[in-house]
Amino acid sequence: MSFFDAFLNWDVFVQTLPLLVSGLTITISLGLCAIILGLAGGLLLALLRLYGPAPLRQIAIAYIDIFRAIPLLVLLVVIYYALPFAGLRLTPFTSATMALSFVSAAYSAEIFRAGIEGVPKGQFEAARALGLSAYRRMSDIILPQAVKLVIPPITSNSINVFKDTALASVVAMPDLLKQATQAQALSANPTPLISAALIYIALLLPLVRLVGIFERRLAAKGR
Amino acid sequence: MAAIIDIKGITKTFGDFRALDGVDLQVAEGEIVVIIGPSGSGKSTLIRCINQLEEHDGGTITVDGHAVQKGADLTAIRTELGMVFQSFNLFPHLSVLRNVALAPVRVRGLSWADAEARARKLLERVGLKDHIEKYPAQLSGGQQQRVGIARALAMEPKVLLFDEPTSALDPEMVGEVLDVIQQLAKTGVTMMVVTHEMGFARKAANRVVFMDAGRIVEQGPPDTLFDAPRDERLRNFLNAVLSH
Repeated sequence: MSFFDAFLNWDVFVQTLPLLVSGLTITISLGLCAIILGLAGGLLLALLRLYGPAPLRQIAIAYIDIFRAIPLLVLLVVIYYALPFAGLRLTPFTSATMALSFVSAAYSAEIFRAGIEGVPKGQFEAARALGLSAYRRMSDIILPQAVKLVIPPITSNSINVFKDTALASVVAMPDLLKQATQAQALSANPTPLISAALIYIALLLPLVRLVGIFERRLAAKGR
Repeated sequence: MAAIIDIKGITKTFGDFRALDGVDLQVAEGEIVVIIGPSGSGKSTLIRCINQLEEHDGGTITVDGHAVQKGADLTAIRTELGMVFQSFNLFPHLSVLRNVALAPVRVRGLSWADAEARARKLLERVGLKDHIEKYPAQLSGGQQQRVGIARALAMEPKVLLFDEPTSALDPEMVGEVLDVIQQLAKTGVTMMVVTHEMGFARKAANRVVFMDAGRIVEQGPPDTLFDAPRDERLRNFLNAVLSH
């Protein structure tokens, strides 16, 4: 069997493409859900950690530390396989979205915190001196500047979340990787796996490039 | 006349450093008070306590009858106090027009149209009519500080606080900012100005206050203070700043 027949077999590719596309749809929805929820949760955690009342601040710190310490795969398996024993049976999609966004929120929180702390003190003072409310100080003055500062690490983190969606195949989630493995088994040919790998790269490579561009632009502005 | 700002015995320490050591100061409505003194004398801390950018440890501050203290309605007090900063502190992500119009909308509840109309007028008054759509980074230091002044004025405050408004400027831009402040002084607004510009103090001030080591050492009309200083520390300070 030639290299092309084995790894880049056109017939197999065409046959298994519908399966891959259905997997890709799930991977993309899972990735988007987890990224959006993770960012929202991360922003909330960062604000609680910086400005919340003492008990909430402690809870935010504990959350951020614990969810950065637990391996994502372990969390996913616990949510999907252990929670049913506590009477909580979740679908693979819900379990994977939860695990991914819980962990992403912890990392995003630290990134947002660094961004908020990176806004010059004078900006906070000017906003306070003008009489702006705490909410307006954040929404109008601090966050727009903080978010701009953290676009590169936030994009980087989002890429990681997207890549980690592949772990969901462990909990029987029919995502891109799972469907590719399935297709490989059906066709007794690794072409679907190679195709899946290429699809991941094609989706994420532009984003990886973008991070580099953002970082250079930010560094140029800082000078 | 009743004092619009009434400061009684305020103290403030930063760690072991006593920044304010019992300061009493009354400022009457319409008065221009210039505060001078060596660095570390507590001048900036004093005016930063008035709008609570720093919390004082002891003593009382009253602004237009409102007690300034922890838990007080600081928004009500801060809207009466416009502040101009040494480092301008313009909002870099907002246009010049938005910088000036933002607080009137968010705090005073004006519509954007009204606030921007007011902002245009003020920016014209400080000589920046042609720059309203620019962003702060596109302006010179002197222009930025004039935006800072317009931003403070947009809230129509009863008192303007200036914290070394020209100290971060290149020398050739000091004049344009001082001109604007001097014109404001003629409009009858109450002003407290911390500055190292003695020429400005002499021309614009009704009263000059000299601080050293967290206390007010001497105060009076500019002519008396500059021409017949009584305290030794003031004489030394004036010698140092005026000798070159």
